[in-house]
Amino acid sequence: MFKETSTGREKKVIERIAKIILGLMTACMIIPLILIVVYLFYKALPILSWDFIIKVPVHGMREGGIWSPLIGTIYLIVISLGMAAPIGIFAAIYLNEYAKNNWFTRIVNLAVVNLAGVPSIVHALFGLGAFVVFAGIGRSILAASMTLAIMTLPVIIASTKEALASVPCAFREACWNVGATRWQTIRYVVLPNSISGILTGVILQVSRAAGETAPIMFTGAVFYKAVKSGDIFAYGILDQCMALSMHLFTISTQVPDVPEALTYGTAVVLLVTVLAFNITAIFLRLFLRSRKKW
Amino acid sequence: MKRTFLSRALEYLIELIIKLCGISAVIFIFAIFYFVFREGASFMFGKFKPLEFFTSPEWYPTSQSHVRYGALALILGTLSVTGLAMAIAVPFGIGAAIFISEFCSSRVKETLKILIELLAAIPSVVWGFIGLTVMNSLIIRIFDVPIGLTILNGGLILAMMSVPIIVSIGEDALKAVPDAYREAAEAMGATRWQIITRILLPAAKNGLLAAVLLGVGRAVGETMAVLMATGHSIRIPSSIFDPVRTLTATIAAELGETAVHSEHYQVLFIIGILLFVITFVINLTADFIVKGIREKK
Repeated sequence: MFKETSTGREKKVIERIAKIILGLMTACMIIPLILIVVYLFYKALPILSWDFIIKVPVHGMREGGIWSPLIGTIYLIVISLGMAAPIGIFAAIYLNEYAKNNWFTRIVNLAVVNLAGVPSIVHALFGLGAFVVFAGIGRSILAASMTLAIMTLPVIIASTKEALASVPCAFREACWNVGATRWQTIRYVVLPNSISGILTGVILQVSRAAGETAPIMFTGAVFYKAVKSGDIFAYGILDQCMALSMHLFTISTQVPDVPEALTYGTAVVLLVTVLAFNITAIFLRLFLRSRKKW
Repeated sequence: MKRTFLSRALEYLIELIIKLCGISAVIFIFAIFYFVFREGASFMFGKFKPLEFFTSPEWYPTSQSHVRYGALALILGTLSVTGLAMAIAVPFGIGAAIFISEFCSSRVKETLKILIELLAAIPSVVWGFIGLTVMNSLIIRIFDVPIGLTILNGGLILAMMSVPIIVSIGEDALKAVPDAYREAAEAMGATRWQIITRILLPAAKNGLLAAVLLGVGRAVGETMAVLMATGHSIRIPSSIFDPVRTLTATIAAELGETAVHSEHYQVLFIIGILLFVITFVINLTADFIVKGIREKK
């Protein structure tokens, strides 16, 4: 066979060095992620308990738990999801099933991309200007949820569109051929076959809404609000509320002398919530891909 | 099968709702621009001095005697933090994208992509918290400086935040290069490194550019992380160990204390318009570049 020349060997060496350097660069992003999660957990360990979750903050937020911000975040998630999910799913149905391939569809798609790119603080200004001031709702869970819903809409649209697009066209054609209308086809063939993919988008929306701070800062979240420990119906829809992300910001920057474990504990609960939703979505996606029949 | 009038009406209604929701994104984009503009408009066309806004570093919105709205220091704050973040994130992001797309087995590739996705999911307030606690003390200890909430801190945090988007879009761009190119180069005896530098990078350069642009867009618009990690100091930075304040952080820090429709409130909305326009242009450009590639194929 051919004998390797010295230049050939040199090339091999270069390739190996390149691989190692690029691999190290990748590791530079993965390792901090793991270190950070481990470190936060290590610091928060002394305080993490059921009591920490279920108790409300006391003594100027220097003691107690995180019940009031946690329940506030759940309110915000549920209400924003209730608004974003139907609009987002219908929008994706329009883009995938109805829209023709023309300039108008192009603009709609561009708008979705740009909506995802609008900075969170601009969403906050919009929420304040449109819902709080113009519509006169005032700073409330409702106004904050609407702001979050608009901000997270692109997440649902993108995932749902992908799920709908993965349903083969032959399914639709078969359905049309037996005389079903467009909507019947969508309702009885396309949606049942893509429901898990849509669910992935919904889970990602929840994760995103749980972590956002800036958009709710001026539209409904407050530094402190007194509620009872373990009270599920702590807030009304027009009340202001506490939120986990906002609470982390408050106790780590605005309130002096907060015990370290308390801030780390809050950060860990927020991080775990968000990552848990994401991991669920990722595994759901992997599971679906492995099980796909067509 | 005969369909009743009711079912036909219902279907018509549902299709109408679908179409309305379909254009909702367009409506929301216009609404965002309209309402942010509306809140800032009366000052913008009144006493607002654009020259002072863009060239003066004197930001004294609450001064008793002489109120000044010079945003130069804030603009430079955003530029410096974003610039540093990109100087770190672009090489690392593109390096990682090449590694993931060209050097990995498919199993490793899937795992790395999941980890990158999780990295992107970390909320910005948690990043800010990490900057405030971990990075702050690390920077003070390593560089022996009095304060760790600086451009360096914010830049590192923003780099970590914008790297996932650069990796995922960059990897897509590399994947989009036809395999025939790789095979042809390999048939000519090129090594994998030669294929990457001479074939893949030139062929995917537009997609990589779009990836970088989206990373910049993410970094410019980031709020909570820079609010917490860059220290609050409105001045023109002279080194990466200076604390600064960005445009986004200024809105977040000051909006809560302003009265609705006061001058100060309106100036903050003008900053919002500026941010909206910057990110809009960046996203639009990135999208055109990506679409251009797709149409060429």
